[in-house]
Amino acid sequence: MDKVKSLEDLKRIREEALKKRQAKNVSGQKEIVVGMGTVGIAAGARQTLKAILEYIEEHNLTDIVVRQTGNIGLDSMEPIVQVSLGEGEKVTYGKVTPEIARQIMAEHVVGGSVVKAFVVQS
Amino acid sequence: MAFYRSHILVSVDPQCLAKGAHDIIDSLHDELVYQGLIDEIQVLETSRLGDPASEGPDLMVYPEGVHYINLNADDIPFLVEEHFLKGRVVEKFQSTKRAVVDEELGAPKPKEMRVVLSNCGKIDPFNIEDYIAEDGYMALAKVVSEMTPEGVIDEVLQSGLRGRGGAGFPTGKKWQFARQNPGEVKYVICNADEGDPGAFMNRRVLESDPHAVVEGMTIAAYAIGATQGYIYCRAEYPLAVKTLNVAIQQAREFGFLGKNILGSDFSFDLEVRMGAGAFVCGEETALMNSIEGRRGEPRPRPPFPAVRGLWGKPSNINNVETYANVPRIVLRGAEWYSSLGTETSKGTKTFALAGDVVNTGLIEVPLGITIREVVYDVGGGIKDGKGFKAVQIGGPAGGCLPTQYLDYPIDYESLRSAGAMMGSGGLVVMDDETCMVDIARFFMDFIQDESCGKCVPCRVGTRRMLDILERICDGKGQESDIDTLEELCREVGSTSLCGLGQGAPNPVATTLKYFRDEYEAHIKEKRCPAKVCKALIEYVIKPDACTGCTVCARNCPVNAITGERRSVHHIDSDICIRCGICMQVCNFNAIEIH
Repeated sequence: MDKVKSLEDLKRIREEALKKRQAKNVSGQKEIVVGMGTVGIAAGARQTLKAILEYIEEHNLTDIVVRQTGNIGLDSMEPIVQVSLGEGEKVTYGKVTPEIARQIMAEHVVGGSVVKAFVVQS
Repeated sequence: MAFYRSHILVSVDPQCLAKGAHDIIDSLHDELVYQGLIDEIQVLETSRLGDPASEGPDLMVYPEGVHYINLNADDIPFLVEEHFLKGRVVEKFQSTKRAVVDEELGAPKPKEMRVVLSNCGKIDPFNIEDYIAEDGYMALAKVVSEMTPEGVIDEVLQSGLRGRGGAGFPTGKKWQFARQNPGEVKYVICNADEGDPGAFMNRRVLESDPHAVVEGMTIAAYAIGATQGYIYCRAEYPLAVKTLNVAIQQAREFGFLGKNILGSDFSFDLEVRMGAGAFVCGEETALMNSIEGRRGEPRPRPPFPAVRGLWGKPSNINNVETYANVPRIVLRGAEWYSSLGTETSKGTKTFALAGDVVNTGLIEVPLGITIREVVYDVGGGIKDGKGFKAVQIGGPAGGCLPTQYLDYPIDYESLRSAGAMMGSGGLVVMDDETCMVDIARFFMDFIQDESCGKCVPCRVGTRRMLDILERICDGKGQESDIDTLEELCREVGSTSLCGLGQGAPNPVATTLKYFRDEYEAHIKEKRCPAKVCKALIEYVIKPDACTGCTVCARNCPVNAITGERRSVHHIDSDICIRCGICMQVCNFNAIEIH
């Protein structure tokens, strides 16, 4: 990576980063975000993440990005998993155990229908 | 389900209600019926809309997303006719401010406002590009290419940002002192030794948005003229240390740290230093001792760190949240920042909301919000429908504020005048089954344990205070104890070397002030009104409710319960250790506390 030398450079990098994000959405890529802060990990986010990765491997799924993030602020609902399919709205699931994660994978990520029972209400 | 072509969301938060939001709703309903639109347009109530600074009552029209503000009921017929019948947006009521749209569905609750936490849970903390996509390092680029160090300090001064570590010293002033003090070598330090029990605001920022801190520190370094910085992070935050190290490494690769940052002649680098778990190392002079490799004990001030800090050089030390605010201030302007909060306390503050509230967790609210709003609107009220008793603000050096302070604004001055302090942001809510003497004892136990022992008032004074509090909780309190405690509070507070000892008496002083009757009940009547202190309570079986099921007797760890099957049981108070297990296992609520 070349060092950023000026404000213009930085702006260019930002545009590229935004484009990458945009491209992901437009191509209909499925994104799964797992909250992996201390709270999430303590609540079992590692097992949840593992279950998601295993499911993807078992079923040879492609075009899915699994990403980590920090804490979104709902500690009592951890582990939190957010699913977005392409440009669709992001769905936030709370208290996702490995079993629930597999269910979400099967019904939402593959099947396309939101698993309403575990969605975090605002 | 009926299909509506449009929805009107009317804000009914308390402020809008006070200004007649319900009249607006009634009037909307009448007018829609009159115009025959009632089947096409739905009126809904919602919590606060958009920008918290806007004046209510206001409403939002979807799907257009038009935000109307400053309405009164008389305007509604015109509005309905123009907008919903003729389809024209009524500009004179339209909000000029862009409504804050939260992409994070469900996460921020009403009254919350995310500045410091805006990236948390949104970006990947291990990916610098994610941060850059959210305008990351733009502030740094602006600073090194367009602003002078004095200009940066001026901007921070104008914003009104004050130290988020507790004392609330104006950040711009601090930077000014560090800049003005002569010296070839200067340091920038970040205090990430968050040790208050139950507080985790800084951890959240470090784990979820580490680049914000790196960027804030780099801007501070540019402003005061430092070339080296340290982040002092406690070892109990392994994940935070990891994210910080990754962030620093990535920032170096991108040229945001190191030599000639962003092509300028400004150079700065950062290093993470880990603490070894001493609470007192959160005190700035003890922290610097610890970085230098000495014993973590405070030094007398003055000289202040800005004059003689790390290794005797002028240093600037701020807390995680303070630094994380800086990029946002530079980017969005001092004026924007100072529009949030109150006259003397600007911006937002994160709090770790804990204790007996429904929604515990991390919140970020504009300063000047009342305690009631935090407890009831953000926190969702007291758990299990119990009553509010007190709130402990500011960690072990803070104070307990009772019901009469519910409508008190949370800002630096108000809290101090009430005997509490902002602290780094611990906020523990207590319900009416909490014993305040026990709470004071708990905090004193913590402080006494963490006192470093360098100065006598703190080392001996806190020990004495703890002894007395333990005695009172044990039912052995003496009449003179309250006076002795009050005297110790004054002495320890005024003669201790550092903030730890100076703040140590606060929980005792405030509980003595606001809950004196509880102390008196413990001492004179040997009674714990909240039924918490074990030596002063007794578990008793209600004869008419007991079915003789033997569950309690079988679960009692010390065999203090006797009784035949199907006959009333009895607890022997001399054997009973007041563990409360019998009460938990009883299916008939037959056990009560006397």
